[in-house]
Amino acid sequence: MAFNLDIFCKSTLEDTYSSACFGEKFKWLFHQGDVDPTYLDWLISAWGWTITVAIISLFLAMFFGIIIGTLRTLETQKDQNKLWISCIVFLSNTWVEIFRNIPVLVQVFLWYHVIPVFLPILKTCPSFLLVSFALGFFTSARIAEQVKAGITSLPKVQRMASKALGLSVTQTYRYVLLPMALRVIIPPMTSEAMNIVKNSAVAFAVSVSELTLFAMQTQEETSRGIEMYLAVTMLYSLTALMVNRLMNWIERTTQIPGYLNSLKIEKLV
Amino acid sequence: MNLDLSFYTWNLVEHYLIKGLVFSLELTVVATVGGMVFGTCLALMRISPIKLISTPASIYVNVMRSIPLVMVILWFFLLVPSLIGRSIGAELSAYVTFIAFESAFFCEIIRSGILSIPKGQSDASMALGMTFQQNMQYIILPQAFRNMVPIVMTQVIILFQDTSLVYAIGAYDLLKGFEIAGKNYGRPIEAYLLAAMVYFIICFSLSRLVKWLESSHQR
Repeated sequence: MAFNLDIFCKSTLEDTYSSACFGEKFKWLFHQGDVDPTYLDWLISAWGWTITVAIISLFLAMFFGIIIGTLRTLETQKDQNKLWISCIVFLSNTWVEIFRNIPVLVQVFLWYHVIPVFLPILKTCPSFLLVSFALGFFTSARIAEQVKAGITSLPKVQRMASKALGLSVTQTYRYVLLPMALRVIIPPMTSEAMNIVKNSAVAFAVSVSELTLFAMQTQEETSRGIEMYLAVTMLYSLTALMVNRLMNWIERTTQIPGYLNSLKIEKLV
Repeated sequence: MNLDLSFYTWNLVEHYLIKGLVFSLELTVVATVGGMVFGTCLALMRISPIKLISTPASIYVNVMRSIPLVMVILWFFLLVPSLIGRSIGAELSAYVTFIAFESAFFCEIIRSGILSIPKGQSDASMALGMTFQQNMQYIILPQAFRNMVPIVMTQVIILFQDTSLVYAIGAYDLLKGFEIAGKNYGRPIEAYLLAAMVYFIICFSLSRLVKWLESSHQR
């Protein structure tokens, strides 16, 4: 089995090798049909799709995860008038259980095949968006768990103190609980963000042209599986590493001096 | 849109689902057992003070954890036949992949379990003149495994969900069973809905079991 990277400079349509390898992509973008893309061009665009899906789902997951996770920690009371709070808590718990206990691939199929039947507006949605919805909601359940854990890890007196100061429930969360809790959960969020990049691989199942589908298709087209898989694997690792660095940077810039993690980091520096 | 629920019959279960469900469960059990065995070995390698032993183990674990499971499945499906010279089929390939992949995850769980045992325990066993193997076998691992049960169970639930990814190489698992049934009966929507419900019921009951184990463990 010869190891040959030339394959990336090969045109995807004809049996020719491009000397420029990658630069041709721009010509291909602007004058469609003039130059055929090479496999390297295809690889880069597949990487772009992976990142696109990951970013959209990360935003969805953060948005819903933080809201649902916060709602789950609302204090329930036995008062008849406050029954709706129990309802909200119950509904958000149900949300988490549903999205956590169905495999992400099944959720992708649900979004792609089933939900558009009930919500016809989704029929016009491109499949990469549907995959992002599936992945985003799946991860939102996991993030909601982390947010809940973060809020409950705070000392109980903080909630009591803000109540004693006359803050409303919204104010308590906005100014007291969430600023602390969201910082506490950055490390588990980092691994969730890296998981999103990895889980975006399920998009292959509905033919989004991302890295995994690229690997599967080019392996069949060129029978140069090793080179293709290696390139894809390295890009996944690189993306996960980038996410990791980015989250560490966020952790460092948002830390409150003298509290929790900042103590550790200051000691190291 | 009308759902045709008459599609849910015993015939469907018998001809399409049992086979897939059995494979998914088998894969889960084999990967858990194999993953625990190799994961323990990897964890022991990782905590070794000898660099020559610990470095390969940590490289293996970190590589496995940084690439998507689908890619690992594809890698093995491509590599194993070219290494041993003949095709081994999607199902067997799935077993190998899942053991290899899960052992990296179980390694991390076991390693943190071992590290959570107070240092005094191994100091004491060393003072009693136990060898490394005796120390691990009689003192550290039994305690570590007991503490790990809830985390391992959670990982098993994730593992069961992940078995659906063998879709990539066309192995006949639970999801594939539903897909084929949906296509054959011309009712894909009902099939996917039922698939979601079946997965949900299994995983939800397992996660309740974990919660119960956790609370009975703390008592």
